Amino acid sequence: MADWRGERKARDARIEAGRAHANGKVVPAGDAVALLEAVLKPGDRVCLEGDNQKQADCLARALSQCDPGKVHGLHMVQSGIVLPEHLDVFETGIAERLDYSYSGPQGARVAKMLYGGQIKLGAVHTYLELFARYFIDLTPHVALIAGVSADREGNLYTGPNTEDTPTIVEATHFKNGVVVAQVNEIVDKVPRVDIPGDRVDFVVEADTPFFVEPLFTRDPAAMTETQILIAMMAIKGIYAEYGVRRLNHGIGFGTAAIELLLPTYGEKLGLKGEIATHFALNPHPTLIPAIESGWVRQVHCFGSEVGMDRYIRERPDVFFTGADGSLRSNRALCQTAGLYACDMFIGATLQIDLMGHSSTVTQSRVAGFGGAPNMGSDPHGRRHPSDPWMKAGREAQIVGDPALMRGRKLVVQLVETFGDKLVPTFVEKLDAMELAKKIGLELAPVMIYADDVTHIVTEEGIANLLLCRDADDREQAIRGVAGYTEIGRGRDRAKVEELRARGIIRRPEDLGIEPLDADRSLLAARSIKDLVHWSGGLYEPPARFRNW
Amino acid sequence: MAGPDRDRLSWYEASARQRLDALLDPGSFTEVLGPAERRMSPHLPLFDLPRAFDDGIVVGSGSLDGKTMFVAAQEGRFMGGAFGEVHGAKLVGLLRAALDVKPAAVLLLLDTGGVRLQEANAGETAIAEAMRAIVAARAAGVPVVGLIGGRAGCFGGGGLIAGTCSRLAVSEGGRISVSGPEVIETNKGAEEFDSKDRALVWRTMGGKHRRLIGGADAFCADTVSAFREAALRLIADAPAFDLDTLTAEQARLRARIDRFGQCRDATDIWAKLGVNDPDAVPAMDTGAFDETVAQAREAVHDAR
Amino acid sequence: MESLTFRHTTTKPLPGTKPQAITGVVASGNLEILLERVLPPDACEVAIETPVAGYGPVWEAVVADFVARAQPGGVRISINDGGARPDTVSLRLLQGARLMEA
Repeated sequence: MADWRGERKARDARIEAGRAHANGKVVPAGDAVALLEAVLKPGDRVCLEGDNQKQADCLARALSQCDPGKVHGLHMVQSGIVLPEHLDVFETGIAERLDYSYSGPQGARVAKMLYGGQIKLGAVHTYLELFARYFIDLTPHVALIAGVSADREGNLYTGPNTEDTPTIVEATHFKNGVVVAQVNEIVDKVPRVDIPGDRVDFVVEADTPFFVEPLFTRDPAAMTETQILIAMMAIKGIYAEYGVRRLNHGIGFGTAAIELLLPTYGEKLGLKGEIATHFALNPHPTLIPAIESGWVRQVHCFGSEVGMDRYIRERPDVFFTGADGSLRSNRALCQTAGLYACDMFIGATLQIDLMGHSSTVTQSRVAGFGGAPNMGSDPHGRRHPSDPWMKAGREAQIVGDPALMRGRKLVVQLVETFGDKLVPTFVEKLDAMELAKKIGLELAPVMIYADDVTHIVTEEGIANLLLCRDADDREQAIRGVAGYTEIGRGRDRAKVEELRARGIIRRPEDLGIEPLDADRSLLAARSIKDLVHWSGGLYEPPARFRNW
Repeated sequence: MAGPDRDRLSWYEASARQRLDALLDPGSFTEVLGPAERRMSPHLPLFDLPRAFDDGIVVGSGSLDGKTMFVAAQEGRFMGGAFGEVHGAKLVGLLRAALDVKPAAVLLLLDTGGVRLQEANAGETAIAEAMRAIVAARAAGVPVVGLIGGRAGCFGGGGLIAGTCSRLAVSEGGRISVSGPEVIETNKGAEEFDSKDRALVWRTMGGKHRRLIGGADAFCADTVSAFREAALRLIADAPAFDLDTLTAEQARLRARIDRFGQCRDATDIWAKLGVNDPDAVPAMDTGAFDETVAQAREAVHDAR
Repeated sequence: MESLTFRHTTTKPLPGTKPQAITGVVASGNLEILLERVLPPDACEVAIETPVAGYGPVWEAVVADFVARAQPGGVRISINDGGARPDTVSLRLLQGARLMEA
């Protein structure tokens, strides 16, 4: 007779072992190491919640302090490699294998440890891809998650940064795994139940509140004339041209400039209500003026942003909020929304090659993907029409029965031709290729593949890759907006003029934009303080962004 | 730029030249030693550093409401507005010329981190000479008014020069101090003063604090027109420069130390000044802050 | 510091009569440009001082495009560079030309 309950029994045994360190479900922070040593087994798949914003940092510290004699060979399956402890565990042998998605601040160390063989890498994923694998072949045995508060039954309030938590718990709890949550405080009654208590096995009261970075705050004071010019071109040449209402923005200064130009430049062009009304987006502070002036009707969020809580609470018609009033975010669902329900993804990148492949990898860093490739890709599973999607589809495909024609997601790269320290954005060959070879990755870490990119916008103009009909068109279209980089200077000038005549390349003057008008006075807010004023004092920026 | 619209032009964002253009009566500015004369730093090339045609300071004369002014404006974005040899000599020369010409006032648009490291001796000397020249101008009856609201703030020797002026106007973004935040942190440790805590920096050195404790005599919104109005007002009520004024100023500063010397944070000082809700001060807009200033005793004084 | 000088012949003089103009600030990633109407009406000279060595061909291309576009005859242009990107240089040059035409 087969034992159909082996996993269940093993789970019960882990929980039983953990109970020795708990009072009911509650475990003091000081006993977290003992708890983890009790519930973990060598070789376990473990999801240590490391989101974009909230970090299960107390549990990460505890895991790194476990005795490698008891806990070793773990297979970490987590979206973010963000804290030093996330990698420390690989140095001590506590962990061995890694499948992850994003490693921004730890990218250099990840590369070094991959090269040194300390990490056995499964793959670097996009968010949705990793979440999907939680339910198929990377299901965690143990999940270590983070929330703001819990009651003694384990009912969990995640706070506005709900992010990955529901997805992780779903995959772990319902497939015989153990869920350990760290919370800032144990309360009698949580403000709202984000995770029902019967899915949480242990609650650790953390010694310090979990760590959150203000990742999505862009100071308008740092916006340049070039970024404003690019933003003007994007608004007039793409948003207005295609009538893009449903979209996702990247997190760079370029898209932040667009957000700040909507109520000024966009208003002047008479585009209010016609573009940028529905977003899959974190609550960017630079979105405040566009919300306040009635441009933005609805925003669904992956996570929250430091300082935005009070503002969001007072704008429930725009944001998704719980009965308690605070934001409810959800990374998996917002990524899905960005992929299927948005007509455009627009964001920046570090390198673009002659075909249009792009990457944020530099020679020495494996930054991972996060969610950009999910939203910055054409979803072949999409079946509902919309004007922008259909127009893009028509541009891409000129032959065949219209009824069999499908649309195209607009995937727009918004870049300056040179980055920091005069590093060119346009290159012959992506650094990602070199890196893949060096550390033995089977796939080069390409952020957005060439066949998904529809437009590239630089200060020199817009290249519409949908209209390109062959490889030469495409290469010269890219060279034609690559400015004074070597790639740009290597253009075939006659061909570029031909592409301009065909509308594949459009210069500022072709769009009726005078570059000298790209002035900071166009920004709806020129400082963080201006954003505070727009919000009626509801936005509370972190100290590092203040100059008052 | 669509011409100098002084009601909209942000002082904080504007360049030294934009500030002067918008501050003075239109078309009235005459520059001395302008960029075409190329009086640049002889020292910076030795350090492989770029120079500026005006060495980061614009000096000359113009009119404000019809009255002749001598003006100097530092460019806070060039080497942090720091004093080098040429930069300092242009300022000192302007101040000395004021003794002969007797303009209605000298306006100093200070925007500086202090002395330029690469030419420190010349810079230090210039600061001493500038202070001396300010005192002489004031003694001769020419008010010297400092206008402070740029990115670089007013630090180091700039802070000393500010202390020598007849009157000071400051905006919220402006900072006045001698040691800058990073210097304090380096010397005293981040526990004592965390220079990255910008809220702390501003409530310790920023415009609102300086106005509340009487370190500045006018608080301006961040527009050129607000600074222009403040300048006109401060010129009109500039104090005489005599022994009585200095004795009164000395007494005021002594009383200030006695009263606030034990405070650990600017908000403690504001509470002692009778500000009802000190924590609310940083977020106040100009109108609300003006009302708060009107109720705090220290901000009103006649010395300087 | 690297010094570069480019001389061009133009088909016409830069419009306007303003003898001189200055724009920009020498700061990181920025530059200042001084324009002086002191040359014969069909000549333009651009002299650059930059702390970033090795970008001669880029400067040459930026200046050539500007001259072709603005036809700044009669003007000597002097640049103190703070490590500006080429697009910023182009923008400042055009801003300078506009100031001279005013």
